[in-house]
Amino acid sequence: MKIVDARNLPCPEPVLKNKQALEATSGETITILVNTPEACQNVQRFARSQGCTVEILEKEGEYVLEISKTGIHEAHEKSAAPVLLITSDQLGTGDEALGQLLLTTFINTLGETKPRPARMLFINRGVMLTTEGSRVLDTLLQLEKEGVQILSCGTYLNHYQLKDKLKVGKITNMYDTVNSLLTAERVIRV
Amino acid sequence: MERIEDAGVYKLTEELAIIQTVDFFTPVVDDPFTFGQIAVANSLSDVYAMGGKPLTALNIVCFPIQSMDILFLREILKGGIEKMKEADVVLAGGHSVDDQELKYGLAVTGIIHPGRVLRKEGSQPGDRLILTKPLGTGIISTAIKAGLASPEVAEKAARTMATLNRKASEIMLEVGARSCTDITGFGLAGHAAEMIEGTATGIVLYADSIPILPGTRELAEMGMIPGGLYRNRDYRQPIVQINTGVSEFLSDIIFDPQTSGGLLISIAPEKAEILLERLHQAGVQEVSLIGEVTASSAGRIVVVPGRT
Repeated sequence: MKIVDARNLPCPEPVLKNKQALEATSGETITILVNTPEACQNVQRFARSQGCTVEILEKEGEYVLEISKTGIHEAHEKSAAPVLLITSDQLGTGDEALGQLLLTTFINTLGETKPRPARMLFINRGVMLTTEGSRVLDTLLQLEKEGVQILSCGTYLNHYQLKDKLKVGKITNMYDTVNSLLTAERVIRV
Repeated sequence: MERIEDAGVYKLTEELAIIQTVDFFTPVVDDPFTFGQIAVANSLSDVYAMGGKPLTALNIVCFPIQSMDILFLREILKGGIEKMKEADVVLAGGHSVDDQELKYGLAVTGIIHPGRVLRKEGSQPGDRLILTKPLGTGIISTAIKAGLASPEVAEKAARTMATLNRKASEIMLEVGARSCTDITGFGLAGHAAEMIEGTATGIVLYADSIPILPGTRELAEMGMIPGGLYRNRDYRQPIVQINTGVSEFLSDIIFDPQTSGGLLISIAPEKAEILLERLHQAGVQEVSLIGEVTASSAGRIVVVPGRT
């Protein structure tokens, strides 16, 4: 287990230490020590934004953060499976209703086909598929259960105040999205 | 004046007062020339916020002469002088000391009519609140220090910080503002609170109308939150009410400490549109009507999702 002492460091240094430690490790848990509530919150935010799980223990003004790399980074390493980038609620251009129907069929077919994609990134109106009212929620929930990462664009969710309407997967940001695309062996834009 | 104002005002005659302020700080961007410009825009801002006209300035420099190339200082001062020229301010001298940490800023002297000083206080219920620059410079500066801000994001933030509040100030005087302050270290909520503290009025802010620099949200989600934001929030939390529907990000950004932030202007409702239009025409692009002064919730700030 790796221990990083980030006590007595001003922001943003604890976050940077966390970032470096995460980049240097392959899958083990990282323990970060900080001694201000601000550093604790910032390290936690960063780790979550990287798809890590965080557990916090507070003792006499000091915080011990256990950060586990799950999800995204594991997938980065082991996966040659493609990443699907979905930027619209329609497949192709043309009649809107037809485009939506085509995309619904596409996702449902994807649910019945192997191999699975490693990750599905829903950007812009693609987010319509992961939020309330989507016609493919069941398929996406099933895919997620089988280990496919379902990630929705946080900016879109915030912009349309849909954060509490997200029904499947996690929220992602542009940093992760860019990272996902750059580290993927294959990206399929739908 | 009984309350703490943005700058000190000393009456010389019935028609004339001098207005003085001083501010200096550590670099917020990597480029020294730009830092010089920002430091000057920031130092002059207090004079503009009160409706004054800055005339002369003195440089204040703390510089690690042993460890840093003097060229760096030269660039900072060049940036500073350029900004002073733009503001029609004359550099009258300065003082430098050897210090481990680089700092730069100005002591500024200007003039103002003693009868036309714009204070923080004086807003009336119904007044509209207008903010002349987008928020986010605290978060972006933190990310710049961490090397995590993209060049585009950093550049846009730097340009915003280096923009003088001069035009905004001149136009608000022409249109007739009721009160004004500039947004700096205490963040929007902190400076807005100073306008209504201890008065019978309150403030409503429309979260969806608050202008924000591009990239700020993503960087905040990555934990690029300056310590000052948390301190501002802890200090003002008792008087700030965040209504449901306001995102966590927007409830954070109102506490983001700003460097060389915009003017927060309180103006009579019938003049608000004129002021917005005039500011737009003058190139103050990101100006926005972000809230209003209320007769209810005295001394408090209520943040609502949007204007109803």
